[in-house]
Amino acid sequence: MATDVNGAAEQSGGLVFHPMDQFIIKPLFGDGAVGMFTVTNITLWMAITVLATIALLVLGSSGRSTIPGRMQSIAELAYGFIRKMVEDVAGRDALPYFPYIMTIFMFVVMANFVGLLPGAFTSTSHIGVTAVLAMLVFISVTAIGFIKHGAGFLSLFWISAAPLPLRPILALIEVISYFVRPVSHSIRLAGNMMAGHAVMKVFAAFAPMIIISTGIGLVVTPLSILAIAAIYALEILVAFIQAYVFTILTCVYLKDALHPAH
Amino acid sequence: MEGDIATMGAYIGAGLASVGMGGAAVGVGNVVGNFLAGALRNPSAAAGQTATMFIGIAFAEALGIFSFLVALLLMFAV
Repeated sequence: MATDVNGAAEQSGGLVFHPMDQFIIKPLFGDGAVGMFTVTNITLWMAITVLATIALLVLGSSGRSTIPGRMQSIAELAYGFIRKMVEDVAGRDALPYFPYIMTIFMFVVMANFVGLLPGAFTSTSHIGVTAVLAMLVFISVTAIGFIKHGAGFLSLFWISAAPLPLRPILALIEVISYFVRPVSHSIRLAGNMMAGHAVMKVFAAFAPMIIISTGIGLVVTPLSILAIAAIYALEILVAFIQAYVFTILTCVYLKDALHPAH
Repeated sequence: MEGDIATMGAYIGAGLASVGMGGAAVGVGNVVGNFLAGALRNPSAAAGQTATMFIGIAFAEALGIFSFLVALLLMFAV
C-alpha cells in the first residue's frame, strides 16, 4: 500500500504533498527495505503509546491521595468508565475479562491521541495494527465461548425465537455476520483515523496557497487554517469515540460468548 | 495521463463504491435522530441508553465500512 501511495504522489502534481504520505511506513534507522522485524516509525510510535499508557496509569495510581490530582483523576476516571461499561454491556460475569478490555481501550485511545500530536504517526490508522487487535478479540471471544459452553456456543447461530423454517436461513446470515465481525471491527477504527488525518492533510496542503498566489491565497489560506482547527477539534472527539466504540463492541462480542442463547 | 482501461475501471469503481458511505451516513443519522427524539421525551432514561446508541451506530456504520473496503480493494488489491 505504501509503495502505491508513493507512486501516486509522484504522478499527481497538484498538491504540495500527498495527503496519504503521512501513512508511509519507513525504517527508523537507514533506508533498507521494511522486513518482518525492522524497527519502523510505527514501532516507535506504538512504543511511545505503550509508555504513555504505563506512565498515566502507574504514575496516576502510585500517589493514592484522598483528593486526587489531575493525573490520578484521569486514571481513576478511565478505570471507572471501562469497569462500568463492562458491567453494563457484558454483565457482571464478564468482570474477569475486565483487565483485557481495559488494556485494549487504553492502548487504542492513547494511540489515537498520540497520533493527533503534530508530526506524530497514528499507529491505529493502519489496518495491520487494528486487524491484530480485532483478531485477538475475535479469537479469544470464540475460545471463551467454546470453553464456557462447549458445543452449546453454536446456539448463538440457531435462533430459537424465530419460526422453524426461517432458522436455517437466519443461521447462515448469523454465521456470515459472525465471521465479518473482525473485518468491520478493525476497519472501522483504521478507516476513521485514516480518513480524519487525510482530511487534515488535504487542508494543510491548501494552507500555503498564499505563497503561490496572493489573490486566491488571501481567501483560501485563512479558510483552510480555520478548517484545520475545526477538523482537529472534531478529530479529538473522533479519537475518543472510536476507542469507545471499539471497546464497547468488544464487550458486546464478549456478552455473546458468555450468553450465547438468544 | 497513462494507464489502461482496467485501472480506469478500478478507479471509477472505487469512486462508485464510496457512494455507499452515504447510506451509512443516513443510517447513523437515523439512529442518533431517533435516540435524540426519545431522549428529549424522557431525559431521565436517556443516560442509560447511550451505550445502546453507540452499538447501534457501530452496526449501522459497519455496512458503510464495507463500501470503503470495496473501494480500498479496487484501489490497491485488484
